[in-house]
Amino acid sequence: MDHGLLTTQMNRLNQLFAAKHNNLLSVYFTAGYPELNNTVTIAEALEQAGADFLEIGFPYSDPVADGPTIQHSSQQALENGMNLNLLFSQLEELRSKVSIPVILMGYANPVVQYGVERFCKKAAEVGVDGVIVPDLPVYEYETLYKDTFAKYGLSNIFLVSPQTSADRIRKIDELTNSFIYLLSSSSITGNALQVSDQVDHYFKRIQDMQLKNPTIVGFGIADHSAFAKACEYNNGAIVGSAFVKLLAGENYIERIPEFVKSIKGE
Amino acid sequence: MKYSVNEQGYYGDFGGAYIPEMLYPNIEELRQQYNQIITEPSFRAEFESLLKDYVGRPSPLYLAKRLSEKYGANIYLKREDLNHTGSHKINNAIGQILLAERLGKKRIIAETGAGQHGVATATVCALKGIECVVYMGEIDMARQAPNVARMKMLGAKVVPATSGSKTLKDATNEAMRDWINNPVDTHYIIGSVVGPYPYPEMVARFQSIISIETKKQLAEHTGTELPDYAIACVGGGSNAMGMFYSFLDDESVKLIAVEAAGKGVDSGHSAATSVLGKEGILHGSRTILMQTDDGQVVEPYSISAGLDYPGIGPQHAHLHKVKRAHYVSITDDEALNAGLLLSQLEGIIPAIESAHAFAYLEKMQFKADDTVVICLSGRGDKDLETYIKHFGF
Repeated sequence: MDHGLLTTQMNRLNQLFAAKHNNLLSVYFTAGYPELNNTVTIAEALEQAGADFLEIGFPYSDPVADGPTIQHSSQQALENGMNLNLLFSQLEELRSKVSIPVILMGYANPVVQYGVERFCKKAAEVGVDGVIVPDLPVYEYETLYKDTFAKYGLSNIFLVSPQTSADRIRKIDELTNSFIYLLSSSSITGNALQVSDQVDHYFKRIQDMQLKNPTIVGFGIADHSAFAKACEYNNGAIVGSAFVKLLAGENYIERIPEFVKSIKGE
Repeated sequence: MKYSVNEQGYYGDFGGAYIPEMLYPNIEELRQQYNQIITEPSFRAEFESLLKDYVGRPSPLYLAKRLSEKYGANIYLKREDLNHTGSHKINNAIGQILLAERLGKKRIIAETGAGQHGVATATVCALKGIECVVYMGEIDMARQAPNVARMKMLGAKVVPATSGSKTLKDATNEAMRDWINNPVDTHYIIGSVVGPYPYPEMVARFQSIISIETKKQLAEHTGTELPDYAIACVGGGSNAMGMFYSFLDDESVKLIAVEAAGKGVDSGHSAATSVLGKEGILHGSRTILMQTDDGQVVEPYSISAGLDYPGIGPQHAHLHKVKRAHYVSITDDEALNAGLLLSQLEGIIPAIESAHAFAYLEKMQFKADDTVVICLSGRGDKDLETYIKHFGF
């Protein structure tokens, strides 16, 4: 099967997963928030503080999967003037300073307007390692976009929720070659994970499926106890809203090391 | 059937189900079950009996003599304004509450702009004794205060949407977020022919009663079931799709969809999606929507909250693209004047949404024997304050 030219070189994300299997920490932030031109500074600080990879959001006016914290950051980023062209130029600079994997996350409509092919080409050029488009479902991805993503060595990273059927999880595991984004619960972003037997049962069920891709837990990871619970059964976890809240405060760059330590429990 | 949906949920290039994974099981459940449920004899029997005895259907098809005289054609009004709760929205709400009941759902959510769909949903929830939560933009709550009170009186909880522009599109976002957070026990009653498949098709089928009755009634009036023109206003497009549905394959029937131009198509304050929009993805379907070059959704404007939506349903996008229906627009002022004219010629005060359809009569050239049907989708009680302010009564 021809997966395009770039997949022959293992991207940073695959290298990371090959080297490290446990307690992987990814941190999400919205590009352009709280200030338009601090994407690189935040990314550098996160890398230095010990984040394993980054998830950078490109803002959208109508983010239906997001709670108030990330919605607000998106709105502010748009008001600040963030768009995909600017973000790609920031990422170009970012790649000369930051070596950990970078994933882009954003909704389908801005990608469609930018042009799916142009988006994938640009993302690959500036050193993006994966893409999450939460409102791009499996059927549409497979029939309309998969070949274009593959041509540039990218694969869409799919979400899996507690309601996703086993058959569908298998299908998603086949379709992707980076990781499975496991939602901690059926929820929008920013609702804290409630540690319970149900969560254990759900994580265990996924673990027992022995998927080919790593599983990384996102949504609701706000502190060390949630991070540790996620990592007990999975390869790592993503912190989003909790970090975006930190960015809303004063001296946020200086506070990043302490934040990352607190999540990791160091 | 060349204009209907395919198995994957597409109308030509438009439609589909662009939803986050968290909503996939809900949408899949609907997709697999809705068709079977709504064609079951017991469902049909309850649906038809409620439409007849509770809603008051069939709604009359009325030959508007003085309006006909003025415009030189035979103009018939499909009186959806006479339905219980005052608009066509109740047709879909009845259909979906019966569906939700059969799916075993215990809680209903809905979005509303002008409040007509919210009122219709609160009404059917009261009828069935099911918990009801309606999301409504904070700005719309202020400009449609009587409908907020009606929903509360009917026992619904009205939740203000305070994000973004605080109008219909944000209420829709909030309702989708609620559904993501409550995937098992809740059914989302979408009020228009928008959203992920199967919603556009399901809502169109519940609203198709409008054109099914119109055909039959027109045959009784004129001896033929096909008009020369069918005209309706379009926000998301549910009353228009109901009015067009049974005429789609009768190509002799010219379909005219009237959008809200607001203060003028080029004024920067408009909701004329077919002119100002581009193809993209909004609220779960690929359609035509108003957006910036960066793909950010643009806030539309219309004096009528029911037409104040930045997209149109995917089937409308298809009918527009293949030119089966003709999409035009009418300004606030033209609509208000048409509302006044209908009041004084026929003794009917229309909703400002519906008044947009009537305003387009001014721009048409008819032959004396042309038959025209217009969907009078709602009554104007909710808009009295706007009319009063504009005309200074």
